[in-house]
Amino acid sequence: MSAVAPPSTAVGTLARGRAAQRRYPLRPQHVIVALLLLIYPLVATDFWTLQIGAQALLLGVIALSLMFLAGYGAMVSLAQMTVAGLAAYMMAIFGVSAIPLSLGWPWWIVVPLSLVIATLFATFVGALSVRTEGIYTIMITLAIGMAVFYLAQQNYTVFNGFDGFKGLEPPVLFDVNWRGPLPFYYLCLTVAALCYFAVLYLSRSTFGLSMQAIRDNPRRMRALGFDVNLHRIAAYAIAGFLAALGGVLFAWYNGRVSPGSIGIHSIIGILIIGVMGGLRHPIGPFVGAIVYVLMQTFAIDFIDRERFNTLIGTVFLLTVLFSSDGLLGLWDGMQRRLTAPRARRQRSAVPSEEG
Amino acid sequence: MRLFILTFLNGLTLGALYFMVASGFTLVFGLMRQVNLAHGSLYLLGGYVGYEVAQASGSWFVGVAAGFASMAVAGLLLQVVLFRHMEGQDLRQTLVTIAISIIAADLMLARWGGLTYQFDPPEWLFGATPMPLINAYPTYRLALLATAIVIGLLLWFFLTKTRVGMMIRAGVDDRAILSATGVNVQRVFAITFAIGAGLAGFAGVVGGTALSIAPGEDNRYLLASLVVVIVGGMGSVPGAAIGAVLVGLAEQFGLAYTPTYGIAYTFLIMVLVLAIRPQGILGRPT
Amino acid sequence: MKQTFRTTMLAAAIAISAALGTGAGAQEIKVGGLATLEGPFAVPGQDSMRGIEMALSEANYTAGGKKITLIKASSNANPDVAVNAARKLVEQDKIDILIGPLSGSEGLAVKDYAKTQPNTTFVNGSSAAQDTTLRDPAPNFFRFSTDGAQWMAGLGEYVYKNKGFKKVAVVAEDYSFPYTQVLGFMLPFCQAGGKVPEKFWVPLGNKDYSSVIAKLPQDVDAIYVALGGADAINFLTQYQQAGGNKPLIGGSITVDQTVLGSKGHIRDSVIGVPAAGPIADSWDNPKWKAFVAAYKAKFPDGLPSPSLFAHAYYVETKAVLAALNQVNGDLSGGQAKFRQALSKLKLDTPTGMVTLDENRNAIADIFLTEVAVGQGGVLFNKVIRVIPQVNQTLGTDKAKFMALGPVSRTNPECK
Repeated sequence: MSAVAPPSTAVGTLARGRAAQRRYPLRPQHVIVALLLLIYPLVATDFWTLQIGAQALLLGVIALSLMFLAGYGAMVSLAQMTVAGLAAYMMAIFGVSAIPLSLGWPWWIVVPLSLVIATLFATFVGALSVRTEGIYTIMITLAIGMAVFYLAQQNYTVFNGFDGFKGLEPPVLFDVNWRGPLPFYYLCLTVAALCYFAVLYLSRSTFGLSMQAIRDNPRRMRALGFDVNLHRIAAYAIAGFLAALGGVLFAWYNGRVSPGSIGIHSIIGILIIGVMGGLRHPIGPFVGAIVYVLMQTFAIDFIDRERFNTLIGTVFLLTVLFSSDGLLGLWDGMQRRLTAPRARRQRSAVPSEEG
Repeated sequence: MRLFILTFLNGLTLGALYFMVASGFTLVFGLMRQVNLAHGSLYLLGGYVGYEVAQASGSWFVGVAAGFASMAVAGLLLQVVLFRHMEGQDLRQTLVTIAISIIAADLMLARWGGLTYQFDPPEWLFGATPMPLINAYPTYRLALLATAIVIGLLLWFFLTKTRVGMMIRAGVDDRAILSATGVNVQRVFAITFAIGAGLAGFAGVVGGTALSIAPGEDNRYLLASLVVVIVGGMGSVPGAAIGAVLVGLAEQFGLAYTPTYGIAYTFLIMVLVLAIRPQGILGRPT
Repeated sequence: MKQTFRTTMLAAAIAISAALGTGAGAQEIKVGGLATLEGPFAVPGQDSMRGIEMALSEANYTAGGKKITLIKASSNANPDVAVNAARKLVEQDKIDILIGPLSGSEGLAVKDYAKTQPNTTFVNGSSAAQDTTLRDPAPNFFRFSTDGAQWMAGLGEYVYKNKGFKKVAVVAEDYSFPYTQVLGFMLPFCQAGGKVPEKFWVPLGNKDYSSVIAKLPQDVDAIYVALGGADAINFLTQYQQAGGNKPLIGGSITVDQTVLGSKGHIRDSVIGVPAAGPIADSWDNPKWKAFVAAYKAKFPDGLPSPSLFAHAYYVETKAVLAALNQVNGDLSGGQAKFRQALSKLKLDTPTGMVTLDENRNAIADIFLTEVAVGQGGVLFNKVIRVIPQVNQTLGTDKAKFMALGPVSRTNPECK
């Protein structure tokens, strides 16, 4: 099977719903991570808060939408950055920017509108790509992503072409400048946490379990009377909404959106984040995003930035070649080797974790 | 009228170029269910190698041959060294091809820089051929069209009349049965991959002569291949021909009549096909 | 265990941030260099860095009695990436002065970012969008290079009067830099009495120009082509193949080193093409020759002759060094003295005297050139004349110039 969606015992997952829910109890480590994330900006400089912290969180949200589709549905969509970028474009087109094309509507209309449009677009992409299966998804979503990029770059009446839009800003609300490093970080953290728990919750809901069962054996689910395509399209819609949320943050973070934001580099970037972090657990995309952002920012201090793409490509290649599930997979492997007896117990308790 | 005929010819000849690139892509996909997202990199690398060889040897034709041969070898190596060990893991293979395309693009940039390379085709190919109604049309583009037709015929002959070709077709239809008949599937895979990659390299030189080779071309031809194959039907060579002509025409008519929406027509064709016939115009349902 | 790992990483991240966050020593001035070292503009980007390094090593990495440290950053010509890189330099590496970026839309984005960082001085690299300085400028953004419209100075008049081109069609890429170039060409051309019946804006990323060529009108005297690098070469080749025979007029990047140095048939079609720009390879002037010789000596594996990017970054760096020397490296008080010195600077560069206007944009000499064949068949831009001290409004009254409005696909027009 595929690298990111190890097969588990098909429909049995559904029956294990209750057991699955008990698999993630609140441990002290969770509290520590939450606390650290909360106090992080108080210790870190503005730069670390905004460019590393907030950027990793918002990229993590976009990659989370990919993880949701790939991890639970085995649908690797390369159009997630496009969905996010479309949300950002909608923010610019309907909202306030420095470009006269913008309509200048207030944020409380524009934000929901952008989310709705981007989600609809994602649903449309889903409806198109679920009609074929498996690896076709990558081709179709990549083609759609690149077509939207070229359209945005070439069209001036709607997308303002190569220059795109600039001067996008979050609203000043409750006397807080939400573009300031601290408020923006907490905004991203809140959205990221909500998305993370939503995905965690969904993965154990009936819908999530059906998705995973469909991932493992679509034919049997179809025979059981499930509308497989409808489930998949719904998954695209949900993932689209997540990506759109990330896209709104993306627009505010950059203060601008241009074709480069949704170009092939950005599309592949989200894929790298997802695969590098691991697509089996919702924490993976965030781990991937942190590593990616750190590499992107500091690679120039250690190696020649000129060959940054070779570096990131090699890391990506090695991840795909040597780990079944990104950094999380590597970590799991190491952990197993270190604490072999415990892992064996775990394995027997959770058969679906192994192939 | 003159504009219409010219645009039509332009679309047709661009489609010819797209066909040369996409036929290799669709062949590999049809047989091995592998989406080679490094196909564009093979196109570009083939172009660069062809250029170097053409410069060194002084013959454009040797360059074309080198473009084909070098990429065929590269494809063979990729298949034997990497993909063979990941058989059946569609997604993993695809991710590997993405990684390869990122690294390859960067290394090509390091080796050949951001310069644009132009080939020196023989004099008789360069220039314009007189034509009725439109005065004249670039000779090279006509040659491009002829080459694509020849390649199409050769592929047709190869796939229907030779033993290996028939194995490939059998594999496209049903991989499991093919291996059950005792055919050395690995060899068939390797041959197919070599031909597919070789065609990309060939197109790199031939297409690079029509336009030029520069960084970024890899992505353009990858997108073209993707759309052509999605439209034409995955795994079908005649489908690739139909898809290529459709996409080429859409792009050129878009550019000539509504410049800023050129790419939208390509997109529209893809959406229509996916909505009406998800497997593509000549594709078979999975 | 998994959680502990994450905790450790986060703790490490915080520790690194604290360690790297320390400011610069008082005896040291940190200069950030920003250019496109990745992506399609990697070659110009590398040449830009050569420009900075050349200027700094001439000054022995000291100015105003202080040591200069250069910290490099890179983008891929995407404005988002450029701002991220600039932010890293300013907020993380705590640089005092930023030199960059390379391309127009990056320049506009970095100018906007400059407004949020009043304590850092931003000096342009080679970006040449008009509105980086003309409209809504940032008080701490200085540009010692000229913009895309200035680069065209003298060309419109020259082709009308000396070449006798009365009607010209325009083929250019569809984004702001070519708009600016077209404005710089058309303003004097139309004033002289020329007509531009049709403009063809070619979508970016399009390589097949055959449909555009099919639409070119037959009754024009010449075609003005403002395409860069690969696109220029594609257009020229296809135009030739289609049997086109109208004379061409070039934008500043149409016939730059990239195009002249390229291989193949195209060489024949660019000989004799008039163009204008901020530098001219073969200018017979001792200072320029010394600059080229120094470049060649320092970078044996560089380009055959410094590109306009290397030149721009060199001039900007020279300006920074000169101003630092004037104020003895005093950057106190929000760099007020240093900025004052920059604004008042009279800089002697390899291409003549450069001063700044009230928007901190350069007034400099522009070169009108024609492509000629040199020794060994090498193509080069031969200087026809030097247009002295071109300002941002091209000599027009500023109020009138501003009234024309921002450049666009339809501004200016003279059918």
